Amino acid sequence: MLKKITIAAGLIGLATSVTGGSATAQVKVGAVLSASGPASFLGDPERKTLDMYVEDINSKGGINGQKLQLVVYDDGGDANAARTFATRLVEEDKIAAMVGGTTTGTTLAMIPVFEDAQIPFISLAGAVQIIEPVHKWVFKTPHTDRMACEKVFDDLKRRKLTTVALISGTDAFGKSMRDQCLAVAPKAGITIAHEETYGPADSDMTPQLIKIKATPGIQAVVCAGFGQGPAIVTRNYRQLGIEYPLYQSHGVASKQFISLAGAAANGVRLPAAALLLANKLPDSDRQKSVVVGYQNTFENKTGQPVSTFGGHAYDGLMILVDAAKRAGSFDSGKLRDEIERTKGYVGTGGVVTMSPSDHLGLDLSAFRLLEIKDGDWIMIPDSAS
Amino acid sequence: MDYDSGFRLVNSLVSSSNGLAHQVGVLFDRRRAPAAMAEFLQFTFSGLTVGAVYALVAVGFTLIYNASDVVNFAQGEFVMLGGMVTVFLGYAGVPMPLAAAIAVLITTAVGLALYRLGIAPAHDASTVTMIIITIGASIFLRGVAEIIFDKRFHSLPALFGSDPIRVGGASILPQSVVVLASALLIVCLLCAFIDRTLYGKAVIATSANRMAATLVGINTRTIVGACFAISAAIGAVAGVLVTPITLTSYNVGTLLALKGFAAVMLGGIGNAMGAVVGGVLLGLFEAFAAGYLSASYKDAVAFVVILAVLFAMPQGLVGKTTVERV
Repeated sequence: MLKKITIAAGLIGLATSVTGGSATAQVKVGAVLSASGPASFLGDPERKTLDMYVEDINSKGGINGQKLQLVVYDDGGDANAARTFATRLVEEDKIAAMVGGTTTGTTLAMIPVFEDAQIPFISLAGAVQIIEPVHKWVFKTPHTDRMACEKVFDDLKRRKLTTVALISGTDAFGKSMRDQCLAVAPKAGITIAHEETYGPADSDMTPQLIKIKATPGIQAVVCAGFGQGPAIVTRNYRQLGIEYPLYQSHGVASKQFISLAGAAANGVRLPAAALLLANKLPDSDRQKSVVVGYQNTFENKTGQPVSTFGGHAYDGLMILVDAAKRAGSFDSGKLRDEIERTKGYVGTGGVVTMSPSDHLGLDLSAFRLLEIKDGDWIMIPDSAS
Repeated sequence: MDYDSGFRLVNSLVSSSNGLAHQVGVLFDRRRAPAAMAEFLQFTFSGLTVGAVYALVAVGFTLIYNASDVVNFAQGEFVMLGGMVTVFLGYAGVPMPLAAAIAVLITTAVGLALYRLGIAPAHDASTVTMIIITIGASIFLRGVAEIIFDKRFHSLPALFGSDPIRVGGASILPQSVVVLASALLIVCLLCAFIDRTLYGKAVIATSANRMAATLVGINTRTIVGACFAISAAIGAVAGVLVTPITLTSYNVGTLLALKGFAAVMLGGIGNAMGAVVGGVLLGLFEAFAAGYLSASYKDAVAFVVILAVLFAMPQGLVGKTTVERV
């Protein structure tokens, strides 16, 4: 009798080790990230975040009794590679859901694959095109550049500065944000009286700024950019002694921007996610415990400062996990419906409430308006409303 | 190398830019004239700032080209290494002057290694092959820097602070002046080295005819190796000096090398003074295009000018037509 039981147990053990290697059933979650290449500063923290939290979830017994298995591919920022990997995730790995797509380019390349396969896809990329028009199976967690424009314009109107100049980078981020700002400006009651651009690798923007300075009637300057360009714009802005308020975008919402721009960053305002403030958020803030928790976990595990990009991956994974818990299974159709029914999820990016027509679910309160003062952020209280 | 043609050109440029300034002033109505003048001055300062960076990078190309006819596309990576090593030693608590000195030494060693491991073993190969080797080395160095350092942008403090110098309604950062002065200083040292020392003569001999140079007892391998080392050192110095202006990251070298190379072509390849003149002119073209046309056309205008110069004067502005000595 005893012998039979051991044989049976052995057989079961063998069977499960063939399918997954652990005693409980496994569910595969896919991720195609740009962990190397030019977008690696986005993809790298995303990958670390997913690894870290999937391990954490499994050590707590998994979801609905099933453990998660993360299948990650690195597309190096290449949209073609991303699409190939997406197909592999669908056809070979047979994933239940997908969290990833670091850049807008890779995400847009992968959307048709997951739409055809009918597998939920939560993207970590910025552009509004990912969710507009709504794709049935596609969601995303990061704020859009349109929201950044609206947040900045809100603050400008509060300060009664309605005639502004816009300077933007000629890279994808700068162009997209420029277009969004131009599109929402009339509705926000803002006149963009002058427009300039700069190349993303330029090292001097004084010609553009002196033209802005010479344009009569300008009351403030908005810079839409990403990387080192905005830091140089900020330095040149102070070099020329321009007096109007300067606004930057969420593209530079990191301590790195402050260290690059130095003292010139003083007084610059920008929209950013609550994650940047973390401990400085008032205790009454709904997001405080989430962002402080994520920050501590990430910084303890990796030894690197936290970034909003890793936060997007955290939100994506948690929205998926919550949906799976509500659905009671990883059936792709039920999972999709439950993701769409996400309501009041408090994440690092904001409070998410999705609907069939809104696959992002964030409103302007997700952005905080910050001012840089003496090398640190302070929150502009008015904008918290 | 002759200073004369370079200086004559600079002089004529200064006088012609004065003339241009006058014309631009007249273009605007009288009330706006002072503002237009200040604008013009600011564009000039901007051009000098950017141009000084290009010039300093461009100077690094000349020596290796002179000694071996190789255009070293890893020159931008030397610039990157100079900046990045200084930044990271600074993070580790090394005082800035020492960090810069170590960065220059490390980069020099990398330059020497590039010669010993990449160029020297291929000594029989054609110049094009050598150039391709330097492109490979550039990609390799960038990859190593990405792993050793990180993927972020970094800055260094400027030598004389970041309070702008104001002149006639326009302003320029002290660091831009430092970069321009250093470019000129390095050119003078380079010219003195080539013209006044025996090693310099050996470089000229090596570049003129390597076989003949070997026959008269010059160790051409040592000479070319030394040229790689010195060029790397010049690149590293450039990296330390331009980082407060351009900022630096692991992949900043590619674009700097490209612009530096364009400056070299404009000025006349192999001529150190030409490199400086080409760099400054390129910077000025870009600034005026950004100022008077549109920032979007800036790069295009610069390259159109280079193409025009190459069509009209293929030897570059300062370069001499090559005469094959028999």
